[in-house]
Amino acid sequence: MREMRVLSPTAILGYGFPLASFEAGMARNPHVLAVDAGSTDPGPYYLGAGVSFTDRFAVKRDLELMLRAGRERKIPVIIGTAGGSGAKPHLEWNLEIIREIAREQGLKFRLAVIGSDLDKDFLLKELENGKLKVLPPGKPLERQDIEASTYIVGQMGVEPIIKALDSGAEVILAGRAYDPTVFAALAIKAGYDRGLALHMGKILECASIAALPGSGSDCMLGTLREDHFLLEPLNPERKCTTTSVAAHTLYEKTNPYSLPGPGGVIDLHQARFEQVSERVVKVSGSRFIPGDMYTVKIEGAKPIGFRTVSIAGARDPIFISNIDSILQGVRARVTDNFSHIPPESYYLQFHIYGRNGVMGDLEPDPVVKGHEVGIVIEAVAPAQDQANTICSFARSTLLHYGYPGRLSTAGNLAFLYSPSDFKAGAVFRFSIHHLVEVDDPCAPFPMELLEIQGGEL
Amino acid sequence: MSKRVRLTEVASVVRSKNAGPYELTLDIIFPDPETYRRAKGQITPELIARLYRIPQSKIIAYVEFDPAYAIKATIERPRASGDLGETDVYGAQQHAPLLGIELEL
Repeated sequence: MREMRVLSPTAILGYGFPLASFEAGMARNPHVLAVDAGSTDPGPYYLGAGVSFTDRFAVKRDLELMLRAGRERKIPVIIGTAGGSGAKPHLEWNLEIIREIAREQGLKFRLAVIGSDLDKDFLLKELENGKLKVLPPGKPLERQDIEASTYIVGQMGVEPIIKALDSGAEVILAGRAYDPTVFAALAIKAGYDRGLALHMGKILECASIAALPGSGSDCMLGTLREDHFLLEPLNPERKCTTTSVAAHTLYEKTNPYSLPGPGGVIDLHQARFEQVSERVVKVSGSRFIPGDMYTVKIEGAKPIGFRTVSIAGARDPIFISNIDSILQGVRARVTDNFSHIPPESYYLQFHIYGRNGVMGDLEPDPVVKGHEVGIVIEAVAPAQDQANTICSFARSTLLHYGYPGRLSTAGNLAFLYSPSDFKAGAVFRFSIHHLVEVDDPCAPFPMELLEIQGGEL
Repeated sequence: MSKRVRLTEVASVVRSKNAGPYELTLDIIFPDPETYRRAKGQITPELIARLYRIPQSKIIAYVEFDPAYAIKATIERPRASGDLGETDVYGAQQHAPLLGIELEL
């Protein structure tokens, strides 16, 4: 019976893994080393600004171990969603780390770099052609969403990665990729069942998060066979149980029975989870159902201004019991003092921790019950200077605001720091989260082959 | 004879997380098939809507996932992850209203 072993060292490149687990994984002679390097979870900033949410030093540490092991064993190393978001600056950032490692370690290999940036003119044309589909509860796309976005990426499926493998790539650095693809591509290329390969990839992309105790920074081995796959954590202190694995299938998904991705859906209605030994779980019955059209999910983020925040606390019960009317008064003072700035041109918010700071509108019990509150004053405006001005004025007004019954006439706020205000820089929002129909799954994802010779081209 | 127990005493996982930038997904996982079976009829879309003070139309999916002994509800985020005024970028701390659920077991 043939099998393909896939080693996933860590949930996100840069989250780390114990060396002992990695060595235990390599001792199992994996056919491929794969890692997911990104996520949209950290929010729109990282895609919009072209910045990685992972730390360079930590990414280099993980990647160096993977590249050395991969070259030693002559097995492919595949990295998906490079630099956290997979757009051009993220790819370049990760490529530079790879070159540095190769230079320092004297590694030589054929590297495929697969871009995932989508051309705005192409998208505007596809928008007119009705090829861009909304993903509810998102809103239909408008021209302005495309035009204003700094970076727009598409989630590639397995096809561009298989193409890179076919081109003899030994290391693949992919832009935005559907998470399971980097783990499933080699197996699908070898003719294994697509549904099983993708479902295994869906679990491996979080490494040992699917184990018990779970960890995003420990290694997991997936073994794919013709009609099932096995999952085994490589740290002897962890185990996979049917519930830990099944529960992970729920993770971050709308509906665990039906997991949509590029070109189709992983259908888990018939999936079976069986405990085959104390630490190993067997999964079978996962199916891939191709869609009528091959669709690719596209993601974009656009700038909406600049932010300044100020962090403080309050301990005075009289102040706390009057907080709503006080904040209303402060807001009115801000508007009045800068009457030449239209209030709709900036955003001023007071986040009250200890009341509804965490849940906002969803908080079922927005009442202060403790003896202190945390206050974050936030201003977002078209320019950093304006955000600074609004935040600073709101902060100083709140500090000295006189309210009925006030005894603490020296000041209303306890500031955590000096300076009290922090420039948070550019602010982005997700502007695109839609589907585009494509005829050729490889067409939007151009590949470049580089011969890395100890880091020199 | 059934008795009234708190969800926190019988569930093994109660959590929330983003499912993409516009959705928040809530998972309740039980440790055994029997507790799960008896809890199923009691944790309903109506209850989720009431706990989060949202209309049922904001519940995008409600799924009972037998392989994991799990009940899952996905709701529309009031604001997209990271949007202005949004307070939980990862959506990882929106589960607290579920912790007060009581079940007849």
